Amino acid sequence: MYFYALIGVGLFSVGLYALINYAHLLRKILALNVMGSGIFLILIALAKRTGETQPDVVPHAMVITGIVVAVSATALALTLMLKLAAETGRAELSEKDRD
Amino acid sequence: MEVVFKEFPWVAVLILLPLLGGIVCFLFSGIAKFTGLMTVFFTALSVLGLGWQIFDNGVYRHAVGGWGAPLGIDLYADGLSLLMLAATAFVALGVSVYSAGYFERGYSTRFWPIWLFLLGALNALFLTADIFNLYVTLELMGLAAVALAGLAGGKNALTGAMRYLLATLLGSLVYLLGVALLYHGFGTVDITLLAQRAEASPVIWAAFGLIAAGLMLKTALFPLHFWLPPAHGSAPPPVSALLSALVVKASFYILLRLWLEIFGPLVSNTDVSTLFGLLGAAAILWGSVQALRQTRLKLMIAYSTVAQIGYLFLAFPLATAAGVAAWSAAMYLAFSHALAKAAMFLAAGNMLRFGGHDRISDLDRVVQRLPLAAAAFALAGMSIMGLPPSGGFIGKWLMLEVAIKQGRWEIVIVMILGGLLAAAYIFKVLGHTFTQAPSPHESKAVPASMEWSALLLAIAAVLLGFLAIPVLSLLNIGNPFGISEVTP
Amino acid sequence: MNWNTWLPVLVVISSMLPGLIIFGLAEHRVRLRTILNLFGAVVKLFLVGWMLWGVYHGQHFETRLMLLPGLELVLRAGPLSLMFITLSSILWLVTTIYAIAYLEDSPNRSRFFGFFSLCVTATIGVALAGNLITFLLFYELLTLATYPLVVHRGTEEARRAGQSYLRYTIFGGALLLIGTVWLYSLTGTLEFAPQGGFLSEIGAEHHTSLIIIFALLIAGFGVKAALFPLHGWLPKAMVAPAPVSALLHAVAVVKAGAFGIVRVVYDVFGVEFATDLGVTGPLAWLAAFTIIYGSLRALFQDDLKRRLAYSTISQVSYIALGVAIAGPIAAIGGIIHLVHQGLMKITLFFCAGNLAETLGIHKISEMNGVGKRMPWTMAAFTIGAFGMIGAPPIAGFVSKWYLGTGALEVGQGWVLIVLAGSSLLNAAYFLPILHRAWFRDPPNNWPHEHDFGRKETAWPLLFPPIVTAVLALAAGILASAPFSPLEWGQIVAQREFYKP
Repeated sequence: MYFYALIGVGLFSVGLYALINYAHLLRKILALNVMGSGIFLILIALAKRTGETQPDVVPHAMVITGIVVAVSATALALTLMLKLAAETGRAELSEKDRD
Repeated sequence: MEVVFKEFPWVAVLILLPLLGGIVCFLFSGIAKFTGLMTVFFTALSVLGLGWQIFDNGVYRHAVGGWGAPLGIDLYADGLSLLMLAATAFVALGVSVYSAGYFERGYSTRFWPIWLFLLGALNALFLTADIFNLYVTLELMGLAAVALAGLAGGKNALTGAMRYLLATLLGSLVYLLGVALLYHGFGTVDITLLAQRAEASPVIWAAFGLIAAGLMLKTALFPLHFWLPPAHGSAPPPVSALLSALVVKASFYILLRLWLEIFGPLVSNTDVSTLFGLLGAAAILWGSVQALRQTRLKLMIAYSTVAQIGYLFLAFPLATAAGVAAWSAAMYLAFSHALAKAAMFLAAGNMLRFGGHDRISDLDRVVQRLPLAAAAFALAGMSIMGLPPSGGFIGKWLMLEVAIKQGRWEIVIVMILGGLLAAAYIFKVLGHTFTQAPSPHESKAVPASMEWSALLLAIAAVLLGFLAIPVLSLLNIGNPFGISEVTP
Repeated sequence: MNWNTWLPVLVVISSMLPGLIIFGLAEHRVRLRTILNLFGAVVKLFLVGWMLWGVYHGQHFETRLMLLPGLELVLRAGPLSLMFITLSSILWLVTTIYAIAYLEDSPNRSRFFGFFSLCVTATIGVALAGNLITFLLFYELLTLATYPLVVHRGTEEARRAGQSYLRYTIFGGALLLIGTVWLYSLTGTLEFAPQGGFLSEIGAEHHTSLIIIFALLIAGFGVKAALFPLHGWLPKAMVAPAPVSALLHAVAVVKAGAFGIVRVVYDVFGVEFATDLGVTGPLAWLAAFTIIYGSLRALFQDDLKRRLAYSTISQVSYIALGVAIAGPIAAIGGIIHLVHQGLMKITLFFCAGNLAETLGIHKISEMNGVGKRMPWTMAAFTIGAFGMIGAPPIAGFVSKWYLGTGALEVGQGWVLIVLAGSSLLNAAYFLPILHRAWFRDPPNNWPHEHDFGRKETAWPLLFPPIVTAVLALAAGILASAPFSPLEWGQIVAQREFYKP
């Protein structure tokens, strides 16, 4: 059980690293999604807390809600990225982006 | 009649009405403005209804659909929630009237639905009793806020919005990880139950670290404030007003609520509150100095927000010895800052619309040509500087009193320095509103509704100084700052 | 409804309401604006007269409003407040008449008169404040309301003067705020009380704190009272139009500071306790130094308004000196100087404004023979100047007499040297002006002359300085009459020094 949770933590960390390290916005958005998946994995893994036959349903409900939220966030992020790319010709955030 | 009002589920109205209104605005864009204004108006009335309810009956708790914790969703309202809801209602009214004049047809149909979703998310956030729903509302609020920030389009606004989006998503994911740990550790997401079950342990510390980091990022506490100035500085002015006045306060509210109920008693290590205090002090000084250095009005106001957030965190080190007084002071500051900063952004928006730019040194006799906007800016500035008799003064007075009683002179000095710096950047602007620009500019008319909504918000921020006694007694309904846990 | 609880509020409102209405008036509605201004001024004078009569006959006028638990806004009319508000409301009426004529045809008059009324409101509030927090509120309001008047002309120079004014006053306000909160957290009360409430009963372990609080409060008030080294803003602020310099920088603003010093020593600490703490001595020395310093600087100014400004710096410190000598007779001298100096200095500023407006004269070197061209104006100026020097029977003499005898009474003879030195210096910077004006030949052309027909200048410009000069003369000659400043000064000193 903790094995899956540890994988979740790993995914979260990889995502965080990518979010900070890559300049391209698509990579950043994907990185956030990876982080989200990591957390969902942790929630699912830890749902089987008590060793009873029935796993706890509350984390499942949370994960489903979380996925819905993540989908809409990704949609917004992608739209914003496309608009930004159309405006500037690049899908990156540069440091000197203010006039 | 009276019974009907007292039993009426105002909390449900507060959440559902804006969401419904948002859907109507989305579907029928022709009546978006009218629907939006009506929705905001009736939402504000519902805050009044809820206020009456909890003033009479005390704390309000409502299990949606009768499920109840741990499986269902619980709504909870005490004085602290009420204060935040009231601040939201005031700012929402002012900004909505302003926006009705500000947004042209095309933008109007996009603005209203998103803004009503944001309003619904904010209300839901202040009424939520469990930490997972806090995550959902936090995320809904963040997404709506980002959409609004990018509304105007253009390179600066889109870049600012993108940066904001990445920051806010990262913040809420980190928060969610903290929630997952808490649930794993104590088997519930209900705040009251968590408060009963939680005990000092590594899980608590890890969860606290994650949740605090996520929320600090979303509240833009120094040094995690980097995303705020570009986002707030380049959004349309009414949106900047909403972001600075309400959205950053919402994540502070969550941090405060969880600190009071769950973490504070367990993580009762002065190092943590000292760290919050230090970051707050750094935010005040850094934000104010940066504000003073800006040449653009809206960026200056955005940095001023970074500074004003700092004051809220000064309450943490003070609260260890004098909880109620320190938190009351912080919340009073938050309330008056919400009103004053909204007014200030709206006034800046008027100057921007009028002159076509927001270069501070080029304001060109605004005081004569656009007197209501200048008056709104000055009155809002009074509260931000903390001059009597404004709401900001009462907040600072309460906090200074606590600090001096505890002999925390370093906090006193930081607060006074922050006030002096605020005076410096606000009067820098006011000074330039009197002088003539070297070359005259074209000017554009500003609708009266935009001028008056800014001015009335600013007047409200000043008048708040005379309402300390009723506001503080409302705030303490349900004893949110008490050491003992809140009884449902 | 009890009039006695409403009267202090009405006195404040009588200038605030016209001010707020005036903000909304269009620029061309001159008549309505004038009526509102004069109406407010006359109503205020009437209400103040009523209170004066009432207090003289032992009535109490007090309004309270709860701000925070234990913290109230208090407006209360006592003898000391009444001296200040009577002065302010008489001079407001006179200055309003003057300002209406002075600013004829200049732009942005609605804004000017609006803020002008707010300044008077703040000054009245300062005078009536019954505790330190109320005082602080109106004191800060005064800062805010004066700022637009200083930068009124909208030039770069005016803006810089405004920024300089704010640097001093906001900083002073911050010191004041710390002192006030500190005092409140020590004592739990900020109420003004004759002979200083119960501060003297506080344990000796807090005496160091109290000394620091005293220094903070005096520094906070010292900024507006232009106490050395906090005086730098005053000469720069002379860029404002003449009525502003006259009422605000000769009377309202600097007096608010001086009045604050009086309040702190008498009604917060109490003279006796302040002397025990050893804080009055340094204050007296600082005031004495400022008196000499201001006079010396005044000697070297060629700009007339700047010379008057340095003279103000010097003269206002007489008030602080009188208070800090800590004897009843010197106290009378200091307190009546609050009124006397106001009357004399406003006369001088009115005259300076007349010279600038009528002949375009701004510098002393341009004043040759001006007495022949404008005899009435220069007559008023002469009375004011001799009063400042301390020549009998003008008001200034009475102040200096009481200060001197008061200092001797408590064995502080060195004050006499300061007084004598200051009078000599006053003579040194005023007499040459008078000599030029009366005994030199006028030039062929004045720098910038306006034609007023056969009169020397417009009558609303001439009338105010003559009235104030006559008042200054009367305050000296009729010093022992009932309701004279001297009599009120004695009442105040009685309250502060002798236990009932």
